[in-house]
Amino acid sequence: MSNKNSGYLNYIDKTAPKSPILKDMLMAFLFGGLICVIGQLFLELYQNVLNLDDENSKTAVSITMVFIGALLTGLDIYPKLAKHAGAGTIVPITGFANSIASPAMEFKREGLVTGMAVKMFTVAGPVLVYGISASVAVGIIYYLYKILIGG
Amino acid sequence: MAKRTGKQTISMDKTLSIAGTGTIVGTVESDGPLSPYFDVHMNDAEWNEETWEKSESKMQREAVKIAIRKSGFEADKIDCIFAGDLLNQCISSGFSARELEIPFYGLYGACSTIVEGMSLASLLIDGGGADNALAVASSHFCTAERQYRNPLEYGGQRTPTSQRTVTGAGAAVIRNYGSPPYITHVTTGKVVDFGVTDQNNMGGAMAPAAVDTLITHFEDLGRSPKNYDLILTGDLGKFGRDIVIDMMSERGYDMSENYSDAGCMIYDFSTQDVHSGASGCGCVAVVLCGYIFEMMKKGLLNDVLVLGTGALLSPTSTLQGESIPGIAHAVALSTTPGGGKNAVC
Amino acid sequence: MQYVNAFWVGGLICVIAQILIDKTGLTPAKILVLYVVAGTVLGALGIYEKLVGFAGAGATVPLIGFGNVLAQGVIKAVDESGPIGIITGGLRAAAGGVSAAVFFGFLMALIFDPKSK
Repeated sequence: MSNKNSGYLNYIDKTAPKSPILKDMLMAFLFGGLICVIGQLFLELYQNVLNLDDENSKTAVSITMVFIGALLTGLDIYPKLAKHAGAGTIVPITGFANSIASPAMEFKREGLVTGMAVKMFTVAGPVLVYGISASVAVGIIYYLYKILIGG
Repeated sequence: MAKRTGKQTISMDKTLSIAGTGTIVGTVESDGPLSPYFDVHMNDAEWNEETWEKSESKMQREAVKIAIRKSGFEADKIDCIFAGDLLNQCISSGFSARELEIPFYGLYGACSTIVEGMSLASLLIDGGGADNALAVASSHFCTAERQYRNPLEYGGQRTPTSQRTVTGAGAAVIRNYGSPPYITHVTTGKVVDFGVTDQNNMGGAMAPAAVDTLITHFEDLGRSPKNYDLILTGDLGKFGRDIVIDMMSERGYDMSENYSDAGCMIYDFSTQDVHSGASGCGCVAVVLCGYIFEMMKKGLLNDVLVLGTGALLSPTSTLQGESIPGIAHAVALSTTPGGGKNAVC
Repeated sequence: MQYVNAFWVGGLICVIAQILIDKTGLTPAKILVLYVVAGTVLGALGIYEKLVGFAGAGATVPLIGFGNVLAQGVIKAVDESGPIGIITGGLRAAAGGVSAAVFFGFLMALIFDPKSK
């Protein structure tokens, strides 16, 4: 791009209205924190009342939070919260559920197989791809480490 | 016969009349300040259709029918239709036209489509290829969101420069004689790309194209903003409008007094959460075919320059990191043949 | 006390993502990928487990905790079943969240229609 255009891009950068970052941060903190507190509530419920072991309790919390996220998506509540909460509703696992439930609902009209099932991972797919790949990489390194150093 | 004037402007020889218009808007647009100027207000996004795509097609078809009815024609007397929308392969237009039985041209000019259609219709009629023609464009919030952005129920935040796609369709019948408003000039725009890549900043991406076409129009005709009661762009939004005013003033044109943007008119910024304003083919289409047409009919506006501005991007080009090319087409409208009120010096 | 820690640690993890979104223009999908990979690395190094001990759900509910689960799972599986564990460990440990997301997403899509905004 020529100099004239880089001047224009600078001008756009300077004059464009910015996201209200302090307000965004506050809302993300409050909503994100609150969702984690709800998670903690379930964690203690599963540990202390249902007497599940530590690992199963955590898994049960994940499943519960995923269910809540998906349900609130179906009820059209999650996107309304997200408008204010920003990353506060994207980062918790409820947001992962939202990112799967929302395209599934949206593309139902293109068919239950060819639409809903295909599009389900348009947003969440990358998380699985990179998450699982990273875990395999960790596995390889850990396995080699054990052989070479002797764990 | 149409006459080339300057670089990109064509002067109409015949008195091309906008004989009738039809407009349909969705619920959010019905809550906005221009609501009384629209013909039909949908009660929901579906409008009794199974899919939003079908609903948009129906909007376009109904807008066409209203425009034909209001212009006093029979549908089979329309020589040609120029139609466009935002969806892949322009399905709203093609699917709506399959029931119209009118010779059909499908257009893609993004949000500039209605002006592109009116330009081509005017040229066709002025050249003697048709006695009348119809231009129509539509957009639908839900169909545009799922094509360009995220599923509706996806929880995300929009940035302040983002714009809301209008649910709306606007149609206009143009013929070779009749009552005002008249289309007097057509200025065809060039594709201009200053390298903006943020798809949530369409105003910034399209503003240079609007400025390019505006200046060319003024230079071609030896006119200035003072020759118009209103200059309307659509749809740059609040931020894009500010850029145009800035860039035009740098070039020596004062746009501060009689310049509006369709994207800033449809919604009420104080009560509706629409960030930088409205966008979509339907935006300038309904403002032009609804509000502007009414105001000119009543004689409250006499000379209006309308620029349809489009961002020629696709989800693919965005993912591939391409910048956003902009386009702006202009039509000059007047209540007197020939048009252009005298500049007050 | 665990609730207070869950609140501020969970909130802070979200705030960091918010800053990245507002300041760098990274899309939420990229932030999530970044988080899950970061979680896997921190988990493998044993750092993230300490945070989980301190903040409970404040560390496990954000997606970065999902990465940690993947890492813990793969290490445990390699210990138990050798090289096969490299492939099976991560997803096995994360199966609860993933299966739940797929099934509940499917279920909600069957029951509910998206609404215009």
